[in-house]
Amino acid sequence: MSDKQNLFNKVWDLHSVGTLASGETQLFIGQHLIHEVTSPQAFEMLRERNLTVLHPERTLATVDHIIPTQNQARPFVDLLAEDMMSAIEKNCQEFGIELLDLDDNRQGIVHVVGPEQGLTQPGLTMACGDSHTSTHGAFGAIAFGIGTSQVAYVLATQTLTMMRPKVRRVEVNGELAPGVFAKDVTLYIIQKLGVQGGVGYAYEYAGTTFDAMSMEERMTVCNMSIEGGARCGYINPDQTTIDYLKGRPLCPQGEEFDRAAEWWLSLASGPDAEFDDVVVFDAADIEPTVTWGITPAQSLGVSQAIPSLGSYDESERTLIGEALEYMDLSEGQPIEGTKIDVAFVGSCTNGRISDLREAAAIAKGNKVADGVKALIVPGSQIVAKQAEEEGLDKIFIEAGFQWRAAGCSMCLAMNPDKLQGREVCASSSNRNFKGRQGSPTGRTLLMSPAMVAAAAINGCVTDVRKMLEPALA
Amino acid sequence: MSNVETVSGTGVPLLLDDIDTDRIIPARFLRCVTFDGIGEHAFEDDREQNPNHPFNQERFQNGSILVSGRNFGCGSSREHAPQSLMRWGVKAIVAASFAEIFFGNCTSLGIPAVCASREDITKLGAAIEADPTLEFTLDLNALTLSFSNETVAVTMPDSARSALTSGQFDALAQLLARKDDIAATASKLPYLNSFAVS
Repeated sequence: MSDKQNLFNKVWDLHSVGTLASGETQLFIGQHLIHEVTSPQAFEMLRERNLTVLHPERTLATVDHIIPTQNQARPFVDLLAEDMMSAIEKNCQEFGIELLDLDDNRQGIVHVVGPEQGLTQPGLTMACGDSHTSTHGAFGAIAFGIGTSQVAYVLATQTLTMMRPKVRRVEVNGELAPGVFAKDVTLYIIQKLGVQGGVGYAYEYAGTTFDAMSMEERMTVCNMSIEGGARCGYINPDQTTIDYLKGRPLCPQGEEFDRAAEWWLSLASGPDAEFDDVVVFDAADIEPTVTWGITPAQSLGVSQAIPSLGSYDESERTLIGEALEYMDLSEGQPIEGTKIDVAFVGSCTNGRISDLREAAAIAKGNKVADGVKALIVPGSQIVAKQAEEEGLDKIFIEAGFQWRAAGCSMCLAMNPDKLQGREVCASSSNRNFKGRQGSPTGRTLLMSPAMVAAAAINGCVTDVRKMLEPALA
Repeated sequence: MSNVETVSGTGVPLLLDDIDTDRIIPARFLRCVTFDGIGEHAFEDDREQNPNHPFNQERFQNGSILVSGRNFGCGSSREHAPQSLMRWGVKAIVAASFAEIFFGNCTSLGIPAVCASREDITKLGAAIEADPTLEFTLDLNALTLSFSNETVAVTMPDSARSALTSGQFDALAQLLARKDDIAATASKLPYLNSFAVS
């Protein structure tokens, strides 16, 4: 391997099976993940063509998108959701795939479960019928969200077809100020590069800001690569990665782990590695960030006011105008103080234990504002259990938050957790698209879990820095 | 599987940027185990809120060439999005640019997704508005979109174009044909071999 090769290209080359007539690469997928929403039609394709699953041991299934977070008795009240549960249960049994079902204490959001179990490892190619598969790149895996036809390809052949993307190094250096989190970093990057800025690219996140991040923070950043248009995002494996993985159930153990760690570290892009593009940001420029519009790039620092239409390029004004109208916000209006109706902490972006700790630190000793409905939805049953052992559930409940069961919940509202009418939600999730949180006219403001907790308590968008302990602020 | 070399039909103008897959098919319609019937829910919430949405307008009901702006299909990987458009009647999409997962999903389904310049997108939109019965022909070999006496250039990655024009956009048969190569690749992967090879 050349020193000039970045991690992406090393891993890609290792997994390249060959080139198809179209010029696309047939890429071996080291680990496949499936869930109940995008897999049933893929299994049906296999049946129609009389095919089997080539490597059932290299696919892991769980259930997350449609899971109710309150009444989980089967059959589900929502019979369409029940049909999907039955389908994945039947499909996994018939094709020999392990399923972490609701009654398995490892169940949770697919992108929380993989890392938690140690299934997500550096140097893997990964795929899942979910755009936030980019999350797994935090470990130095190359992880792609794919459609249902490609899910069928992976099931049948353990490969998929793809053109090699270019690689952009997104460098952020410096220390994050108190109250500024990984979520703010990723929202900032998307704001600067645009929701289509990553098209054609894989993102390598590098620099001292990411070096200093925990694995969970890195997952938050890689998770939202897709919101910036990138095909995937990753961070080079380092000692933080190794320390996180050691002892996880699905990781190698003993001497094999040592051999694995040596290989994993060897994959990292070296100092001479080459990239198709490099952008550099300064962590000092990042403040707690909030979206105001209908795309994840329409965001601003919490201390700022919504930009005027005239400050945008003419080609952008239709979209900006549409966003202002939908959100019912005005040019020049400060984002701080925007009233909210619902607060949601959860999702594959920010539903891990560190996210709940950050939200609980703000919630502790405070009360959710009158009229605000606040939900805490852990990313997995293991996250829920850990939080309960730490007493976080009690902190939330005492503060007036609802403590729910694990699942995707109000990130995309395929379960009963939905906004109503024009409600405004402060959300730790990943998308503020029109109608995203279950009400066709509902509104979403994306922010960090700590900022969501602060908004819940004050009933409006609040600069979380004002609520930090004086020693920290 | 048949070759997709040309697509002809009338247009549907939806000249907005960043149309995401939640708008194309809201998540509640993903509660299904087949794609049957999903076409009638394409853009359901946008149509509900905007009676003038092109998908509501009688004059565009027979349209099969959808014209849109930048970053069309951004967001979720849900194949339900192109499936719903296809089942509504869309046979090809011309946009200023596409989100990549959506683009790949379109290609897998045999729906050409081609790019045109902003200027040409505006021109196409105006032409469709002026005459919804205007016939367009997308030629993937020539990479052109023709209507009346006009021809505009479109672009598409060669890989997707050749997959469509050769009728190999459903890649499964090709992937299956390489069982030995797949096994050979697996045999050199450290993590499939106790990290004892490199």
